[in-house]
Amino acid sequence: MRKFKEFIIEKLILICGLASIFFVVLIFLFLLKEGLEVFKGITPFKFLFGKSWYPISEPPQLGILPLILGSLLVTVGAAIISIPIGVGCAIYIAEIAPLKIKETLKAGIELLAAIPSVVLGFIGMVTLVPLVKNVFHLPTGLTALSGSIMLAFMAMPTIVSIAEDALYSVPKTYKEGALALGATQWQTIWRVMLPAASSGILAAVMLGIGRVIGETMAVMMITGNAAVIPNSILAPVRTLTATIAAEMGEAVVGAEHYFALFAIGIVLFVISFAINVTADLFLHKRQ
Amino acid sequence: MVKFNIKDLNIWFGSMHAIKQVSIKIQANEILSVIGPSNSGKTSFLRILNRLNDLNQNFRMTGSVKLEQENIQSIDTELLRKRIGMVFALPLPLPLSIFENVAYGVRMHGEKNKKILGKIVEESLKESYLWEEVKDRLSESAFKLSGGQQQRLCIARTLAVQPEVILFDEPCSGLDPISTAKVEDAMVKLKQKYTIVLVTNNVKQAARVGDRTAFFLSGELIELDKTDKIFTAPQDKRTEDYIRGKFG
Repeated sequence: MRKFKEFIIEKLILICGLASIFFVVLIFLFLLKEGLEVFKGITPFKFLFGKSWYPISEPPQLGILPLILGSLLVTVGAAIISIPIGVGCAIYIAEIAPLKIKETLKAGIELLAAIPSVVLGFIGMVTLVPLVKNVFHLPTGLTALSGSIMLAFMAMPTIVSIAEDALYSVPKTYKEGALALGATQWQTIWRVMLPAASSGILAAVMLGIGRVIGETMAVMMITGNAAVIPNSILAPVRTLTATIAAEMGEAVVGAEHYFALFAIGIVLFVISFAINVTADLFLHKRQ
Repeated sequence: MVKFNIKDLNIWFGSMHAIKQVSIKIQANEILSVIGPSNSGKTSFLRILNRLNDLNQNFRMTGSVKLEQENIQSIDTELLRKRIGMVFALPLPLPLSIFENVAYGVRMHGEKNKKILGKIVEESLKESYLWEEVKDRLSESAFKLSGGQQQRLCIARTLAVQPEVILFDEPCSGLDPISTAKVEDAMVKLKQKYTIVLVTNNVKQAARVGDRTAFFLSGELIELDKTDKIFTAPQDKRTEDYIRGKFG
């Protein structure tokens, strides 16, 4: 009887484990099946590098280059803002801050991570967008820059907490060794702690960027959503994610437009998969 | 000449009283061995001398520690640690070449001239008795060296910044007897130029290399005397018991 109970429980757990993989595979297959359909009407090259996205014109023009560039521009902008601030913040928390400030800062970072993205987007819309508009004297503040700044806030908690963790797990002896040689605190951080934690910090950066590229709600609200190739960071852009979210509701099921949106999903999937794998490689190198 | 003058030293880590009312004078160019069981405060004592205890946020101390008349609290910590080198229990080579490992501290203190660096590296490696073994492969990774060689590399790295005092924190605890003998040889030769404080768990090592030996127990200095005297005619019963291996 006891053996039988063991058997049942074991199998149940096995099913739970398999279920998670099963659903992922199912989602992926569905995405592929629907997305690849679009390539019956358009070559992959034209799809990826076509310069115009007019899905409802006749015939529809389905080039996603403006969307890819929009995503890239917003992501690169967010990375440029969030990486130095995030890593700097991690160094301060891990190495410099006294205990009390450290606890307060860590709680603050966690709070930042807990803000829903739609709320951040909303706050950005009423504060950041007018600010960008006035500072740069633009016709509209709904620009890639606004999106980058907002997304930088979202990437920050990930970058800070993982980078801080990486710094914290550098053996104490490294630090003592450097200090005992007469290194200053900054020399110790720059020449010993950062190189020793570098793979963990790189992983933190990659995961932060991964979060940014998949983000939808906030960018849709504040980047202006113009599907044109952006000529500067102060121009409105539209990202891959925002395109899917905005157009899926109105695309006719089974039409070319509908399949194209799924194909965008595949592109996104490939990008975030690549980022996650890279981050994983760095993390494993560390261990 | 008195190098270190330590008077009425008390240390706490939080509520733990780690060193109790210790006064010691350390002479220039001597090897002072510090022995005692674990938790006797010998490492805390060593780390007072280069102020490495300051890294612990719960650390408090009273009493005075003077390096040649100067209170160490009033010396800039980086400068103090340049004057007082330290070699740790585990050899800690950096992921760099042998040459760069030795030159590391010197570079950090601002020396850029290749010729001077080369000279300092050679001299330091000679002083730590590693030169003959590595002179033909200075550009190889330091990780290729054996444990004992790595420890002598760390000694060379410490010597390269030209300290006055070298603190050894159980430098041979991870080494085999032959490597240990080599490190000990280096220590004995080094005392002509440097003052050495050696914390060790190996009582025999203290007997072999120390000019004087201090015995710590539960944070108190029980006895301090010439090494032969400690090992042949200790004044305190507890010292005798520890040396004979009755406890600890």
